[in-house]
Amino acid sequence: MMDVAARPAEAEPDLSAIAADAAGEHGVGRPAVYVYEAPVRICHWVNAFSIIVLMVTGYLIGTPLPSVEGEASANFVMGYIRFAHFAAGQVLAVFFLARILWAFVGNHHSRQIFYLPVHRKHFWKEVLHEIRWYAFLEHEPKMYVGHNPLARTAMFTGFTLFVAFMIVTGFALYSEGADIDSWQHKLFGWVFAIWPNSQDVHTWHHLGMWALVAFVMVHIYAAVREDIMSRQSIISSMISGERHSATEKLE
Amino acid sequence: MGAATETFYSVIRRQGITRRSFHKFCSLTATSLGLGPLAASRIANALETKPRVPVIWMHGLECTCCSESFIRSAHPLVKDAVLSMISLDYDDTIMAAAGHQAEAILEETRAKHKGQYILAVEGNPPLNEGGMFCIDGGKPFVEKLKMMAEDAMAIIAWGACASWGCVQAAKPNPTQATPIDKVIANKPIIKVPGCPPIAEVMTGVVTFIITFGKLPELDRQGRPKMFYSQRIHDKCYRRPHFDAGQFVEEWDDEAARKGYCLYKMGCKGPTTYNACSTVRWNGGVSFPIQSGHGCIGCSEDGFWDKGSFYDRLTNIKQFGIEKNADQIGMVAAGAVGAAVAAHAAVTAVKRLAGKREDAHHTS
Repeated sequence: MMDVAARPAEAEPDLSAIAADAAGEHGVGRPAVYVYEAPVRICHWVNAFSIIVLMVTGYLIGTPLPSVEGEASANFVMGYIRFAHFAAGQVLAVFFLARILWAFVGNHHSRQIFYLPVHRKHFWKEVLHEIRWYAFLEHEPKMYVGHNPLARTAMFTGFTLFVAFMIVTGFALYSEGADIDSWQHKLFGWVFAIWPNSQDVHTWHHLGMWALVAFVMVHIYAAVREDIMSRQSIISSMISGERHSATEKLE
Repeated sequence: MGAATETFYSVIRRQGITRRSFHKFCSLTATSLGLGPLAASRIANALETKPRVPVIWMHGLECTCCSESFIRSAHPLVKDAVLSMISLDYDDTIMAAAGHQAEAILEETRAKHKGQYILAVEGNPPLNEGGMFCIDGGKPFVEKLKMMAEDAMAIIAWGACASWGCVQAAKPNPTQATPIDKVIANKPIIKVPGCPPIAEVMTGVVTFIITFGKLPELDRQGRPKMFYSQRIHDKCYRRPHFDAGQFVEEWDDEAARKGYCLYKMGCKGPTTYNACSTVRWNGGVSFPIQSGHGCIGCSEDGFWDKGSFYDRLTNIKQFGIEKNADQIGMVAAGAVGAAVAAHAAVTAVKRLAGKREDAHHTS
């Protein structure tokens, strides 16, 4: 992998290189740690793109564009919008599944967004610290190689849970058109045991979309802000996989 | 009650119907049920050999629209269903007997045909105040229902009332009207929802049970798959306009005259499971969408409580003010956006202030 060459320090702890780094011989003095492995990054961007497509097309399915002129047979506007929605939804589902599988084989950062160590007191203390940092009550942020505990909580609920909810309700709604004997209905038809009238499932699917809109806004803002404020790389890390830090207090 | 041991065939022969007409009827019924050509002879065989099935038809809290629909069935004719195919032993709305005479039939059927009769229920029992909101024959309907359900072979829940609760169970449901499957747990229940259900669907279900001696295949929610496995939307003749993106925007616009899709007018076809767009109504004459009005979703659970019949998105009332999911979502997203902007502004101000301080310290 091309990243290996770029980070000799992690591949094999080369003490002289670290010493040289600390002495400023590498120029910037920012230790790089490999955090986001390639599958994690690919999943991130595929999911991001799918979610944008899903939001736009999903909104247009609920609130369609003004009618088009001409013969019905000459137009397929709603059909294409729905096709894009279903296609993006299936891509999202596949990459979400792939991401879960990678959590089993990847590094420990890849597991972070799938569970929260809620039983540990320490975790909640750090969440509180992060909340205080965002409330401008703490002067210095703590440094984390992966997600900070608050970010991890946000990722777990805002991404993992919400997207899982959208995938489940999405496939349930898709199964209505796909047929009662389809695999989608066999796998996800139980949703209609919770909400027997699919009108309710539609409503929840809409609310889920808006919850994701709120998550995306906070997610992007927090990434940009942390990038500037905490003096760690955040955005470029999701492209290169490496986390750089201006200080060396990485925990 | 000697009629109960007779077969359908012997009854219609006595009425002067020829064997030829009988076979025609069997073929027609097989066709309308969507069965294969061999099914016609199986139906004929069943009607010739099986004793007529006794049916007890009871009425709880309801409006009798199910009965009104039922008596308009064309294929098969309701006369054939009621007078020949089944032995309709009790139906307080249309039976000749009344009072104690009528009530005695219930006991008699229970004793004579234990575990063999079909209990058809139109409407539902209200459970509040010990069931006193529906008194039938001097006692709460819920007691009568439980008594007759005990020895029934199966229960048919006619209409939205018996299946889901319908209007009397709409919020706030003061009488606590409760669908049949929430009251009777130990009997097979077939739901035939709709307000009312389509006549041919009703007689079709009865014909199936009598012919094959069992309930038809049901879906997850207990509805017969042959009539309720697809949405109105899936077989709607206006579907091409939906896929094309051609919608009625106002009730009196050009698109309405052209017969475009009623999706934007709140048509509930995309969320409603029923056979209206294929079987249609009044002997196949028309159905709501064909008449220019959207589907109101009358065969779906709680359709009275899902907001206006004319809104695409359902209103949510839990938030105090009635708004749909998109309106609530936009407000929430706007609030988050404002919070983000405010937070960014505070961050910038703090950072600038911090820098100035740093500059002071170093100088």
